[in-house]
Amino acid sequence: MVAEAPRSLGERIAALLRTSTFQLTLFYTGLFSISAALLAMFFYWSTIGLLVRETDATLKAEITGLAEQYIEHGLERLVQVIVHRIGNDQSGAMLYLFATRDNQPLAGNLLEWPRIEADVDGWVEFTHHRADGRDVPARARVYLLGDGLHLLVGRNIEQLRQLKEVFNRALLLGVGLIFVLATGGGLLMSSRLLKRVGAMTEATDDIIAGQLDRRLEIRGTGDEFDDLASRVNIMLDRLEALLATVRHVSDNIAHDLRTPLTRLRNRIELAARGAPEALRGELEASVEDADQLLATFAALLRIARIESGSYDAQYEVLEVGTLVNDANELYLGFAQDKQLMLQAEVQGHPLVSGDRNLLFQAITNLLDNAIKHSPAGGMVKVDVRTLAGEVVIEVHDGGPGIPVDEHERVTQRFTRLDQSRSLPGSGLGLSLVKAVAELHRGSLSFSDNGPGLCARLRLPVGQTSV
Amino acid sequence: MHLLVVEDDHDTREFIRNGLLQAGHSVDVAADGREGLFAATTQQFDLIVLDRMLPEVDGLTVLRTLRASGSRVPVLLLSALGEVDQRVGGLRAGADDYLVKPFAFSELEARIEALSRRTAPEGPATVLKVGDLELDLMTRGVRRGELNIELQPREFRLLEYLMRHAGQVVTRTMLLEHVWDYHFDPQTNVIDVHVSRLRAKIDRGFEPQLLHTVRGAGYRLALGGGADGS
Repeated sequence: MVAEAPRSLGERIAALLRTSTFQLTLFYTGLFSISAALLAMFFYWSTIGLLVRETDATLKAEITGLAEQYIEHGLERLVQVIVHRIGNDQSGAMLYLFATRDNQPLAGNLLEWPRIEADVDGWVEFTHHRADGRDVPARARVYLLGDGLHLLVGRNIEQLRQLKEVFNRALLLGVGLIFVLATGGGLLMSSRLLKRVGAMTEATDDIIAGQLDRRLEIRGTGDEFDDLASRVNIMLDRLEALLATVRHVSDNIAHDLRTPLTRLRNRIELAARGAPEALRGELEASVEDADQLLATFAALLRIARIESGSYDAQYEVLEVGTLVNDANELYLGFAQDKQLMLQAEVQGHPLVSGDRNLLFQAITNLLDNAIKHSPAGGMVKVDVRTLAGEVVIEVHDGGPGIPVDEHERVTQRFTRLDQSRSLPGSGLGLSLVKAVAELHRGSLSFSDNGPGLCARLRLPVGQTSV
Repeated sequence: MHLLVVEDDHDTREFIRNGLLQAGHSVDVAADGREGLFAATTQQFDLIVLDRMLPEVDGLTVLRTLRASGSRVPVLLLSALGEVDQRVGGLRAGADDYLVKPFAFSELEARIEALSRRTAPEGPATVLKVGDLELDLMTRGVRRGELNIELQPREFRLLEYLMRHAGQVVTRTMLLEHVWDYHFDPQTNVIDVHVSRLRAKIDRGFEPQLLHTVRGAGYRLALGGGADGS
C-alpha cells in the first residue's frame, strides 16, 4: 500500500550499490585483486627476476675474470682478451669497454663511456647507440682497475625489457579484467537479488494493506529465497488461521447467544402484555434494546455467511438503476428529516448479475452511512455509471470524510471512527457492503470528496453468469 | 383459531404454544414430521406452523405431501437454516410464509394473523374501508371523511397493505417484504419515517387516530386501537 513513485535511474543505481550483495562483491574483488597481485609478484620474481639475476651473475663473473687477466697479465693481455671475446660473441649482446682515466677507449665494442654514473655497487643502466643506428637498453658493471683505468662489461637487455613490458601489460590487463568482471558480476547478482527482494517487498506491502490471502512467490529453485518465502508463507497461513479463529469465535458467540437472547426478549414481550401500565414502558424498552442486539448479531452472522461462501445467493440480472432509485425512495424521508438533499443520477441502464436483496442491502447501507455523516443542509448524491466493464455506484456525502489511512480499517467489523462514536450504528454496515461486493466479484473503495467522502461500489457488468 | 404447531424442539414448541394460547388460539402440537403429517391430514386446522428440520419426515416433505393431497391450509415454515436465501426454497415447496429462528414472538404472531386473514373470504372488494378512511383500488383515490388525500405511489401501497390487514399488527419486516419487496435489514428505522409521513396525511386533524405504533412489534391500522397505540 506504500505508494512508490517511479524511481529515477540514479535512485535505482544508488539502491543497487546499497545492497549487501554488491558490497560483498566489492570486498571480494579487493581480496581477490590482492591475492592476484601477490601471485603476479611471485611469477615476476621467479621468471623475469631470475633472468635479471642470471644476467647480473654473468656480468659479475665476466668482469671479475677480465680483472684477473689484467692483474695477472697486464694491459696488453686484457685488450687481447676483450677483442677475442667480442669476436667470439655471436649474439652481439655483450658489451665491453676498456678505457683510460679520461674515458679514452683502449678496447671494446662500446663507442663511448656511458654518461650516466654507476651506482655504488658498480651497476649502470644506459642507452646503447649501436653501430646500425638502433638504440637499445643496456645494463653493465663497471670496474676500476687502478691507474685510472676502468673496465665496463655490459649486456644488451632489450629482450629482457620487452619481456618485462609484456608481463606488465598482461598484469594490468588481468587485474583490469578481474575488476570489471567482478564489478559487473556483482551488479548483475545484486540486481537479480534486488528484483527478488522487490517482489517480496511488494507482496508484503499488499499483505500489510489487508490482503491477508496474498503469498510470497516460490520459484521452485530451492534456493534460500524459496526457503525464506515458504517459511514466511507458513507464518502467514498460521496468522490467517488465527485471525479466522478470532472471527469464528465472535461469530460463534453471536450464533450461540442469539437463541437465549431471543428467548429472553420473547419472555419480556409476553410479560409486558400482562404488566401494569407503570412497568410496561420499561419492559417494552427492554424488548427494543434486545432487538437492537439481535440485529447486530444477525448482521455479524450474515457477514460471516457471505464471506465463508455459505450464503446461498440467488443470482439474477438486475437493473442497478431500479435498485438505486428504490433505495433513494426508501431513504428520501429520512434524508429530508435531516434537512439533506438526496439525489440519484443513473447513466444508461447498467445491468449486473447478483442477489437482489444483498445488493439492495449494500446500497442502502452506503446511503445510510452517507446520510448519518452529512451535516444538515448538505447533500448526498448517488452516481451510477459504467466504466471499463464495471458498474460503478458512487455515494458522495458532505460529511467530515475519512482520513486516508483509515480507509482500509472502516470496512473491518465494529470499526467506528472517533468522530462517529456519537452516531447510531453497529459498525458493521460497511463490512457487510464489502462482503457483498466481494461476493459479486466487485470491490468497495473510498476516496476523498474534499469535503466529504465518496464510497465507490464496483460490480462487474452483468448479463454474463457470475 | 385452531392451530397446529409441528416442532421437534420441546422449548420452542412449548413457547409457541403458550404464546398462542395466551393470544386466545387453540393449539395442537406434534413433535415430529410423521405425527405432524398425520395430524394435518386427519384434522381441520386454520393454520400450521411447521419446522423445516424434523425427525422422521422432514418439514419440506410434510409440506409437499400436504400440498399434493390438495390441502390449501396456510403453512408458516420455521427454519433455523440461514436467512432470506433459504426462504425461496421454502416458498417454492408451498409454504405461505417463512420465518427464521430465532424469531420475535410478535413477528410470528403478526404473520399468523396476516396468513389467517388472507384465507378469509375477501370478495372482489374494490374499496377498502377503515372507519371513515376509504381507499379505492380502481381509481387509486384515498378519502378521509369528505377530504381527498394525495398520496405518493409508495404511500398508497403502504396504506393499502395496512388497510388489507386492518386491526392486525404489521411488523416492519412485513412492510419491507410486501410494500418495498426487499428482504433486508435497514440500518435505520426508515420505515418509521414513511409511516409517520403517511400518518401525517391520513390522521392529522382527524379523530379518531387510525394508524397506531405497537411498541416492540410494528404498526396497526384500526379504529380505536388505543390500548396498544401511541
